Amino acid sequence: MGNPTLSWNLVSDVHRLLEYQFMVNALQAGTIVAVMAGVVGWYMVLRRQSFAGHTIAVMAFPGASGAALAGLPTALGYYLACGIAALTIGRAGGAAGRGRSGESATIGVVQVAGLAAGFLFLSLYSGVLEQLETLLFGTFLGIDSNQVLTLLVIAVVVLGVLALVGRPLLLASLDPELARARGVPVGALDIGFLLVLSLAVAATSQITGALLVFALLVAPAAAAQALTPRPGLSLVLSVAFALLVTWVGLGISYFSIYPLGFFVTSLAFGLYVLAQLVRRLVL
Amino acid sequence: MLSHEFIRNAYLAGTFIALACGVVGWFTVLRGQVFAGDALSHVAFVGAIAAAVIGVDERVGLFVLTLGLAAVMAGLGARAQANDVTIGVVFSWVLGIGVLLIAVLSTSSSGGNGLIVANTLFGSIFGLGAPQGIAAAAIGLGAVLAALAIARPLLYASLDPELAGLHGVPVRALGLALALLIGIVTAEGTQAIGALLVLGLIAAPGGAALALTSKPYLGMTLSAAIALAAMWGGIALSYAIPSLPPSTAIIALAVGAYALASVSTIAL
Repeated sequence: MGNPTLSWNLVSDVHRLLEYQFMVNALQAGTIVAVMAGVVGWYMVLRRQSFAGHTIAVMAFPGASGAALAGLPTALGYYLACGIAALTIGRAGGAAGRGRSGESATIGVVQVAGLAAGFLFLSLYSGVLEQLETLLFGTFLGIDSNQVLTLLVIAVVVLGVLALVGRPLLLASLDPELARARGVPVGALDIGFLLVLSLAVAATSQITGALLVFALLVAPAAAAQALTPRPGLSLVLSVAFALLVTWVGLGISYFSIYPLGFFVTSLAFGLYVLAQLVRRLVL
Repeated sequence: MLSHEFIRNAYLAGTFIALACGVVGWFTVLRGQVFAGDALSHVAFVGAIAAAVIGVDERVGLFVLTLGLAAVMAGLGARAQANDVTIGVVFSWVLGIGVLLIAVLSTSSSGGNGLIVANTLFGSIFGLGAPQGIAAAAIGLGAVLAALAIARPLLYASLDPELAGLHGVPVRALGLALALLIGIVTAEGTQAIGALLVLGLIAAPGGAALALTSKPYLGMTLSAAIALAAMWGGIALSYAIPSLPPSTAIIALAVGAYALASVSTIAL
């Protein structure tokens, strides 16, 4: 792709960005992932489940290395491992009932168990090591139109499920006792949300890498919730922020030799800090 | 087995790292701060990469970054305990900087980069030299003694922060002290079992001990004992089965202990 340089003409920059098919694919994939991450992340932040989200995200690593060892498609490994982790966290959290400290220990243990298994798979199958960095830190190169289609299907499923259970889930997240009294199946929603989260996280990690999903899942949602207490508005803001971070990040990294992960996380962090400042100084 | 020097170094460093992880981990689980420990251990990875880019000793990078972030996170939260969103946003940004540093490293140096990344992420306890082993043992011992020295007030501040504050216990300072201790333990543990796995020696023994007993000092001792058993057993297992990496073996034993403890409390 030569050595693209940024000019002052923004229109021609965008035009040059879209000349290449891989960049069009990356923007499509990024847009789908950002919308999904903006919505799912909003619920995750509301429910204070960032640690669970992070743990599910790093399961991409044992998933991918396990799939390579077994000769299965990598993406299948992602979704399987993330789903298993979500079910384990959900079941253990419900069964143990030892409050927050017990839950955080369970999530931590699930995480290292997955990572240790991934490391074992990796050392049994030495071929994946070159992809380790990509797996953990993401890439936007080489996304083909099949992957874009898969991401779209997953996003439709995830957003469809959330559209159906969005209201009871909101109530169950904010006030579980009240929700239970009104006959909302809180336990089923807890597990259901973790499964939705695992789908979203597995999809997001294919763009940002397993370690950087928070750039799209936590920071935009947290920034939006800092700015307004109204659920609908902050949900829209969260999606808008996620889109902004993804588009600007992709744009900058196209013109730079440095990796996408750095720009996306820095933009997300900057946005979060800005939102906190606005909240304290203006609102 | 003990006639090999690398095994002796592994046991020397591993023993004290495990004891420190066990004691500090018990408090970490008690206070529900496992996510903070997780963030610090991932950030340790960035510290090691940064040290490689600048060209200083890996340990300098590890300790500067983990202690720095521990202080920052303690400063951002009420009672020196940051909430999960703050932790998530901050540590994902630091990891993003790590990605940049990996790119810088791979354009500036020839090869060896992949090895640094893999070693830092998953550790290499068999690769520790004698000076590193002795240093790790000394730091581990120091962390255990420091944790025991503040154990009483820290316990009080953790179980009932309001009352402890009224009695003049410095709740914030103790929170910061524990955060720094978690930072030290993760930095030290990263060299042995890696930035991605050191959490296992913090969360699993502490979680198992808290599931089995509510008595504080018994719990701390039990936690340290479980961590130690996982470390010793893991090193021996990995020596016996060469295709099993030591970090995986150690973590597998720790996770097994946690699973057993959880199942036994549900059954009882």
